[in-house]
Amino acid sequence: MAKYKMHVLICGGTGCKSSNSLDIIENFHTILKEKNLQDEVQVIKTGCFGFCEKGPIVKIMPDNTFYTQVKPEDVRRIVEEHLIKGRKVPELLYMNPENKEHVADSKHMDFYKKQIRIALRNCGFVDPENIEECISRGGYEALAKCLTEMTPEQVIAEVKASGLRGRGGAGFPTGLKWELCAKNKADQKYVICNADEGDPGAFMDRSILEGDPNSIVEAMAICGYAIGASKGLVYIRAEYPLAIERLKIAINQAREYGLLGEDILSTGFNFDIELRYGAGAFVCGEETALIHSMEGQRGEPTLKPPFPAVSGYMGKPSNVNNVETFANVPVIITKGAEWFNKIGTEKSKGTKVFALAGQINNVGLIEVPMGITLREIIYEIGGGIKDGRQFKAVQTGGPSGGCLTAKHLDTAIDYDSLVAAGSMMGSGGMVVMDETSCMPAIAKFYLEFTCEESCGKCSPCRIGNKRLCEILEKITDGRGTMEDLQELRNLAAVIKDTALCGLGQTSPNPVLSTLDNFWDEYVEHVVDKKCRAGVCKKLMSYVIDREKCIGCGKCAKGCPVEAITRTDYTAPGHKLASMVIDSTKCIKCGACINNCKFGAISIQ
Amino acid sequence: MINLTIDNKPVQVPEGTTILKAARMAGIDIPTLCHFELDGMNFENKPGGCRVCVVEVKGRRNLAPACATDVMEGMEVLTHSARVINARKTVVELILSDHPNDCLQCEKNGDCELQSLTKRLGIKEIPFKGATSTYRKDSTLSVYRDMDKCVMCRRCESMCNKFMSVGALSGVNRGFQAVVAPAFEQNLGDSSCVNCGQCVQVCPVGALTLVDNISDVLKAIADPTKKVVVQTAPAVRVALGEEFGMKPGEIVTGKMAAALRRLGFDQVYDTDWSADLTIMEEGTELLGRLKKALAGEEVKLPMFTSCCPAWVTFYEKNFPDLLEYPSTAKSPQGMFGAVAKNYLAPKLGVKREDLVVVSIMPCLAKKSERAREELAVNGDSDVNYTLSTRELAHMIRQCNLNLNDMPDEDFDSPLGQSTGAAVIFGATGGVMEAALRTAYELHTGKTLPKVEFHETRGFDGVKEATIDVDGFPLKIAVVYSLSNARKMMEQVRQGNPNGYHFIEVMACPGGCIGGAGQPYHHGNSEIIRKRMEAIYREDEGKPIRKSHENPEILAIYEEYYGEPCGHLSHEQLHTHYFDKSDKVEATK
Amino acid sequence: MTKVKSLADLKAMREKLQSSLDIREKAENPESLVQIKVAMATCGIAAGAKQVMEHMMAKAEELKIAAVFTQTGCMGYCHAEPTLEVRVPGKDPIVFGHVDNDRADEILTKYVMNGELVEGIIPVNYETIDK
Repeated sequence: MAKYKMHVLICGGTGCKSSNSLDIIENFHTILKEKNLQDEVQVIKTGCFGFCEKGPIVKIMPDNTFYTQVKPEDVRRIVEEHLIKGRKVPELLYMNPENKEHVADSKHMDFYKKQIRIALRNCGFVDPENIEECISRGGYEALAKCLTEMTPEQVIAEVKASGLRGRGGAGFPTGLKWELCAKNKADQKYVICNADEGDPGAFMDRSILEGDPNSIVEAMAICGYAIGASKGLVYIRAEYPLAIERLKIAINQAREYGLLGEDILSTGFNFDIELRYGAGAFVCGEETALIHSMEGQRGEPTLKPPFPAVSGYMGKPSNVNNVETFANVPVIITKGAEWFNKIGTEKSKGTKVFALAGQINNVGLIEVPMGITLREIIYEIGGGIKDGRQFKAVQTGGPSGGCLTAKHLDTAIDYDSLVAAGSMMGSGGMVVMDETSCMPAIAKFYLEFTCEESCGKCSPCRIGNKRLCEILEKITDGRGTMEDLQELRNLAAVIKDTALCGLGQTSPNPVLSTLDNFWDEYVEHVVDKKCRAGVCKKLMSYVIDREKCIGCGKCAKGCPVEAITRTDYTAPGHKLASMVIDSTKCIKCGACINNCKFGAISIQ
Repeated sequence: MINLTIDNKPVQVPEGTTILKAARMAGIDIPTLCHFELDGMNFENKPGGCRVCVVEVKGRRNLAPACATDVMEGMEVLTHSARVINARKTVVELILSDHPNDCLQCEKNGDCELQSLTKRLGIKEIPFKGATSTYRKDSTLSVYRDMDKCVMCRRCESMCNKFMSVGALSGVNRGFQAVVAPAFEQNLGDSSCVNCGQCVQVCPVGALTLVDNISDVLKAIADPTKKVVVQTAPAVRVALGEEFGMKPGEIVTGKMAAALRRLGFDQVYDTDWSADLTIMEEGTELLGRLKKALAGEEVKLPMFTSCCPAWVTFYEKNFPDLLEYPSTAKSPQGMFGAVAKNYLAPKLGVKREDLVVVSIMPCLAKKSERAREELAVNGDSDVNYTLSTRELAHMIRQCNLNLNDMPDEDFDSPLGQSTGAAVIFGATGGVMEAALRTAYELHTGKTLPKVEFHETRGFDGVKEATIDVDGFPLKIAVVYSLSNARKMMEQVRQGNPNGYHFIEVMACPGGCIGGAGQPYHHGNSEIIRKRMEAIYREDEGKPIRKSHENPEILAIYEEYYGEPCGHLSHEQLHTHYFDKSDKVEATK
Repeated sequence: MTKVKSLADLKAMREKLQSSLDIREKAENPESLVQIKVAMATCGIAAGAKQVMEHMMAKAEELKIAAVFTQTGCMGYCHAEPTLEVRVPGKDPIVFGHVDNDRADEILTKYVMNGELVEGIIPVNYETIDK
């Protein structure tokens, strides 16, 4: 066996893969061979590092050098300079956006400093297609411990004591859920992994499945042991081909190694896993809808009770947890509930993975302890707002979360504080907005999504959300009235109060939270017919300052709808008559502003 | 027992009771829209989707749907707090905002549950203006679909899938465009639909309605070249009164005959008469099969009844391999038509195409049965028009008549006299009982010690019994709902492990009395029970209670058909079935 | 592939596989390990730094010293190549020059294991190479 001196970790997740990370890997192999270093440097295709905005990522170990936005042609320099001569390639190092300095080592990157990686512990660290790497990281030891040293009751007690809550959104205590399912006697029970990640922008579940599929296989088997189930089902979006492939590899390898299937670790415990594919309907993340979809029924929620723990898949007791929740389980078993318990806040233990997005410097996937503040996430991990603009709002919890503002920046975030602030944890979407975002337009954007994704079963969600959308459209089009704002608030409150499932009950959150936090902006839209962010096109008009216009006519030439004509006024000091925009024809495309070199055109 | 308070009133109810039922026990009627239950008939639609029945439960974050929330010890429920009233009104306003407001012209005007809910909540204005969902209109010969009016209560879907196991209707599309429809946007007629029409019976609004044939009938009556005769099915006479404010279970046979005459029908006959004829044919067929079986010959048993047209279509679509099991006897409607066109027309001195045969049925599937090609001669159907009980009521009102004011009149002869055996055809178990009365006596030559067979009566979805026919143990079963019928057919496929000889099937809840053409019962199963009681009352009141003792039946065999299952009756009174499974395959 | 039959099996397998992840595992927490940085510029390589590093890695493993070896560029002591910097947890880093295999062994056995200073120390007052 070769004795490697260095490891080169290259992200093979969906994001980096689509920006040629596979070519990078190929080049490393070729060039290392050429330099006869193939026995000194090992090249490993890993899962996601989380820092997706700056992908593809190449990390050199053991010195933690973190190269960003690496192109296949950069590989030669990395090999010749860094791997042979020990000189880091500065241009490829991560640059701190604030002081423009290169950071040599990922340990010193703000992005990683505050992170605690439990669910993501192996992502970007191991080769997800090699179960041995997982085993050498202690993988499957938790399962072995459960099977050989613990009773199912003890396993459940440990998970309960850890305080782990469902990471899919609602935050239901995981141990309690297991216990409820364990109590129901049946000839067959099911462990279901919800991998139907439907929040746009959220991709932690995909990352875990791509980067560390074995942890999910292991956790599902542990759950099966705890609740008395021998069958596991993973409901996964068909749009996640890489995650599906890696999961299949992990399942097959686990079977080969006797860690899945019949008589696991010679303990007599049988457990196996099958995959089921979903079409990515948002509502199918709701556990009853998910189960119906797996049964071949219409993917819509039904009333609880009965809970899946009593009557789930095919009418049998079933336990549904999402990917991130499962990913925490093996660690809780090996390190103990007490260890896990120390991380986080009083009622929310452990960490949470967030998909950080929007107008922020460091976009990506982060795992932080519960109780961290939004400020720490946005300004430290996220590196602050892009282009030095002002922070305006952060939307948490996916499309049905709420928008929080500067006054919430120092709130220690956990399940309960987010709900109290009018938003929610959701599956961990976090979209940061600056002053260029228009809040009524944002609310409308999210409502359009929930309208599309509503299953249509209950009236408040089916019709109510449509009406919310229509009222918001009226407001952003400049046709809104103060009565509309009243109606908006009442209707949103009623939908929240009456809708059948979590989707409907939370869908008005973007409306209610923006009404609460950005009331003035709504009033401006309906009373002054103004959009301060300059987003609502119907509220904008493009105006030419006739004193500044030199009459060159370039704006008119570039106007696609011939809305600009010449006037008969020539400003003092200019030779040609100025131009004017016919606002009834103008489509607000902005071409004229871009064409004007004299700053004579403005938006009002 | 669970103790709780509803609107501050202490209530004690059994565990497992919903808030909705607990409130009703306490005299508080929480409005509902989607919830629908036929108590004791194994049908419940409880999607919890409309959210009209929401109530406030102390300590709960959001409002609870009363129809689907079980009571708990110490629960405090408020059914009319400001929060509840506002939410409930808003929800109904939302539903109305996506509903055509053409109430005046709507088929369901006056029978619409959304209309009465709107009135009850005092909604005067719909604050929401916006898009409305529109869909293609679609119709079979029995059912008309205008899904613009659909409120997504899913009653039709539950009925079609759970109760009937037909599977023609299901929720499609998402969000605002969600609607109940056949798969792949195909026409209902091209789906697995059997036209039972129960979707129409349970629809709270005008999304699913019957296909109205009143004007066709009025036109025929007005045509001086036509002679128009009418037949009325057994279950109509125990339900028609409801349309005129009478109590459920009132028997209006005589008044109905009088009204029909005043509507302008030339002759008023009775489908009960042909029900007796059906028993003669079907009973004889059963005895024939049993005799062959006893003689060791290859014969298809169990025999199934074939009176119910939804059931006939159901096995044609789903069990094409078992088409030889059901009786070949036509339904009473079909037999009447055949007799009218072949025997009566010459008697009345008219050509068959100038004799217009109208039937009044509790059923919507009969509208489709009537149009079956094999039940016509040269394109002239044996039965020309079929009206439902509801259409007859409309027609009576339209013609300025009030059933309450009608005198009691008799049916015309010779197709008017009937026995108690015929009238019980209207209820589940009735055909079986009628057949037993006749088969027993024809087979044994003895008089039954007791006319009634209580084994076949009542609302159980599946009834089984072994009848001692002079030492021969006759194994029978009686089922209603096509899901129960499906189970029976599957048993036949498995080789008839229970050894049944004869099985009666009716599609609708409680049989024809709960038919889709009957006055809307809005889920009040008590109405159907009253109709059943009336059916047996009518039977008891009849001087003759066995089909083979009906003098008019005996006369027609004497004069025309010769003997049951003879050559002529085979030609006119029996039929055959077709493999229609391709329609089901298309749906799946 | 032989199946894993017990917890002991699994642990044994982990033990066996552990070294393959060593380099990454150690990088997780370098501060708690002995960090040895070998100058690997042209002058260093020419003076045999590569061989010394390989030798030292093998020796450290033999002595069961939890050490993380990294390469670095020129440290500026071209007169004394091969040079390396040794940082024992809790102590200031020390740079050794003219390191050959013997001296490397000495550094490990004497300085790292017992805290005795050995010859070849280049006295500096500097910040470490990489921040």
